Amino acid sequence: MSRDLLLKRGLLLKIELLSDPKALYVVRGAVERLAETVGFAAAECRSVVRAVDEALTNVMRHCYRGRPDQPIELYFRRPRRRSKGRLEKGLEVLLCHRGPAVDQAQLRGQKPGELRPGGLGLHFISEAMDAVDYERVGHTNRLRLVKYLPSEKGSSRGRRSERNADFHSARGQRHDF
Amino acid sequence: MRISIRRVDNATIFDISGDIDLANSPEVRKALLHEVRDNRRPRVVLNLSDVRYIDSSGVASLVESLKASRDIGSRFILVGLSGPAREVLQLSRLVKVFEIYDTEVEALTG
Repeated sequence: MSRDLLLKRGLLLKIELLSDPKALYVVRGAVERLAETVGFAAAECRSVVRAVDEALTNVMRHCYRGRPDQPIELYFRRPRRRSKGRLEKGLEVLLCHRGPAVDQAQLRGQKPGELRPGGLGLHFISEAMDAVDYERVGHTNRLRLVKYLPSEKGSSRGRRSERNADFHSARGQRHDF
Repeated sequence: MRISIRRVDNATIFDISGDIDLANSPEVRKALLHEVRDNRRPRVVLNLSDVRYIDSSGVASLVESLKASRDIGSRFILVGLSGPAREVLQLSRLVKVFEIYDTEVEALTG
């Protein structure tokens, strides 16, 4: 199956934008409406919006270094994971950009409560989402964020294991969200 | 996002409305730091009651302003936190770090 078809599997919405911070306001509006449509409660919608916004902010600031004319693609899809024989409901966000590979050594998140500017975004994302992982495919960076509907989460132990596994696998290659 | 500035006695009050994100947090940061560092106002109050969204870069601007005010011995106060602003500060675990009041009167007299 081609890369394009794989990306579009279960597609709910695709947004192409340039790395101009003025686009963030527009994207937040679209993501909030989409999260509502998927079935998330208001607080969860805000969490998803915050995670996507922080991820985009990170790409604009750190990967594209403030250049406002670079391409970013957002794919919003149904999660593809099955649990107990049925497809779990929720929202998967795939953020693709063509910035340089991340220099892992220079990036770190901030502990909540720490009094210094910057670095909070990663914390916001990991708090909001059930799974966060990053990979570089060719010249494209892909950040995948997943949030499941509460009724679909099953046992908290199982979900937490996935979340932590994904988070830790991403930590080695993470951005400074 | 809109910023308006009022000066009352020895205090400067910033009224901010709308969304604070990467597109405008540099403007917020610049305005706050100018008032704290350059004008050395003894009390800088930030009214966040009409803020609908604030991202990590906005929180970073608040943190930097708070640190600047501590450096010169002035006060940096948040007032009337909107739901979204309070939610983000709680998520950041910074609620107890800032001096926060419900009303402007409390912020000016407290």
